[in-house]
Amino acid sequence: MHKDSRRSNGEPAVEIHDLTVSYHRRPVLWGVDLTVGEGQLVGIIGPNGAGKSTLIKAVMGLLPLSSGWVKCYGQPVHKQRRLIGYVPQRESVDWDFPVTAFDVVLMGRYGRVGLLRHPRRDDKRIARECLEKVGMAPFAGRQISNLSGGQQQRVFLARALAMESTVYLMDEPFVGVDAATETSIITLLKELRDRGKTCLVVHHDLQTAPEYFDTMILLNMRLVACGPTPQVFTPELLQKTYGGRLTILSDAAQAVAESER
Amino acid sequence: MMASADMLAFGMPRILAARVESTAGLWEQLGAFFSFQHVSLVYGVVGAVLLGVCCGLLGSFVVLRKMSLLGDSIGHAVLPGICLAFVVVQTKNALAIFAGAIISGVLASLVISVISRYSRIKSDTAVGLALSGFFGLGIILLTRIQRMAYGDQSGLDRYMFGDAAALGRGDLQLMGLVTLVVVLVISLFFRYFLATSFDESFAASIGMPVRLIQVALMTLLALAIVIALQAVGVVLVSAMLITPAATAYLLTDRLGRMLALSALLGVLSGFVGVLLSFLLNRIPTGPCMVLAATTWFGLAYLLSPRQGVAIRAIRRSRRSRRVRLENLLKTFYHELGGEGLDQPVTLERLARARSETVGYVRRVAGTLAASGLAGLAGDRLTLTSVGQQRARQIIRNHRLWELYLTQEARIAADHVHRDAEEIEHVLGEEIVARLEAGLDHPDLDPHGHEIPRVKG
Repeated sequence: MHKDSRRSNGEPAVEIHDLTVSYHRRPVLWGVDLTVGEGQLVGIIGPNGAGKSTLIKAVMGLLPLSSGWVKCYGQPVHKQRRLIGYVPQRESVDWDFPVTAFDVVLMGRYGRVGLLRHPRRDDKRIARECLEKVGMAPFAGRQISNLSGGQQQRVFLARALAMESTVYLMDEPFVGVDAATETSIITLLKELRDRGKTCLVVHHDLQTAPEYFDTMILLNMRLVACGPTPQVFTPELLQKTYGGRLTILSDAAQAVAESER
Repeated sequence: MMASADMLAFGMPRILAARVESTAGLWEQLGAFFSFQHVSLVYGVVGAVLLGVCCGLLGSFVVLRKMSLLGDSIGHAVLPGICLAFVVVQTKNALAIFAGAIISGVLASLVISVISRYSRIKSDTAVGLALSGFFGLGIILLTRIQRMAYGDQSGLDRYMFGDAAALGRGDLQLMGLVTLVVVLVISLFFRYFLATSFDESFAASIGMPVRLIQVALMTLLALAIVIALQAVGVVLVSAMLITPAATAYLLTDRLGRMLALSALLGVLSGFVGVLLSFLLNRIPTGPCMVLAATTWFGLAYLLSPRQGVAIRAIRRSRRSRRVRLENLLKTFYHELGGEGLDQPVTLERLARARSETVGYVRRVAGTLAASGLAGLAGDRLTLTSVGQQRARQIIRNHRLWELYLTQEARIAADHVHRDAEEIEHVLGEEIVARLEAGLDHPDLDPHGHEIPRVKG
């Protein structure tokens, strides 16, 4: 198995400590503590507004943290950028943008080619291989608005693969894709896990969740549970996750937001 | 009243010295223009070309990042800065005016971000607020300056609608410098602009300095607007950012090509604008450039191969014409029961079968005849051999598709007709061959009708 020199021995792939994140001063995630070991396929589960996307954006360092810290293999995330691949929600970009599927995948190499250097032949080869892995090689030259939703999601996935990361954070990769794409994505994720990669995937379909993920993070503004699926995916914990907000927590968040106005 | 009369007066550029007296004909004027003997004309053209490149390149990102209104706002917001700079130094000093414009533009963008951040006002409204507020202030200052003793010498009026012929050597040097910086920055950091414009959070996740790139882009934008001001004027300067880029966006699917095309269209607009302004005498250059740019846009909007509205309409009407022809061929086939297709059928009979008027059927039959698919003698239509072939093809497509849907897609036989009505016109021979092979060269459709064989 490929070992990166930056990975220190025995450190967890992702470690989150006392993480609180606020939007416009209103806390949306409170004091989250969790640890994800290497080589796990982790589902992040919770109702709408539970802070699932917020959690992975915060891990990526895309949002300011109100408190707490995140480490990847024992180092702050900004020092480990090459180890982490991020797959944003498909709706977050304008698909009319004048680029081809191949251009998008090549962006996955940008983090590695350095400040002013151009992508080299190797980078292009890797981009092509990644397109092939997700079954999108025939569409490499297509402008991205001419792709179906599932195909667009595959392109995003190929871009993440092109980063050759060790840890992947994916925001709702199964939303708006056809069944065939969903199957091929989950196959790919399991393959990544078997190669020792760690994947954290925001998911909201409880039907498929237990069959897809070996570990789960149950989230609803605070961490409800985190652990192996058989122990965590239980009626009681799901009830705790989905059975309405903790009203006091929501009200307190509201009070915080108002006190600062 | 007073203000509007003044505004009209602002727009008038100095008469171009190079112009032959106004009684001369078009050809003499063109000759005078292209001899490039007068220095102000050469300056004007060079300036227009530079600003075309500069605005074209930056404009592409303005359009792709949906910042068009912001560009317009900065364009208008520089006016009070220009006026105040003039009041302070009392002469038209290029550098002072440049500085004043920049300060005022930056101030406006600060105001916009402060308003949208610290209140419930959304950013489009904040942009509109800043635009009108700054511009109103600018107009008041400009009017005051015009009425002061030294106002006549200010030459500030040309900042309203632009006067490329008034560009001086210093102005051109500044324009050249800014254009060079823009070209260098965009080509060196192309991938940064690409990645952050397409997917900002991904770009941030791989460690790109997203904020810095945004600030750099805004700074370049402000510089480009300020250098373009003298030639285009505050009122229309944003058009030089938006219009060529929007035109290029309609014409290509690749960012690199869009940038190049946008710069080219910017240059073309600038050049044609100066030429028009020269030929039309006393018309400011700004509106002329914008008119040229808008013309390219109009053409692209109508005629772009993929996006063109007119092109798509033509394609659609061709398609529906074909569908009309093929439907009549089909009816013809049905009326003769697929046998003896060389027999004539009356138009009235066809009309009845199609529930159409005889007049309509006559028109379609006329087109069939003109296309060599049929012969029309009085009220009787006869198919040529090519027409018979086409009729069989279309019936075959229809029935094959119905069979495919019922057998492979397991759709009930009474649900498939409407779908087949549409698909029969678009199935290519290659797909038909695959259908036939896949269905093992069937003889009958799901309703028990014969699927005609089409030779060759």
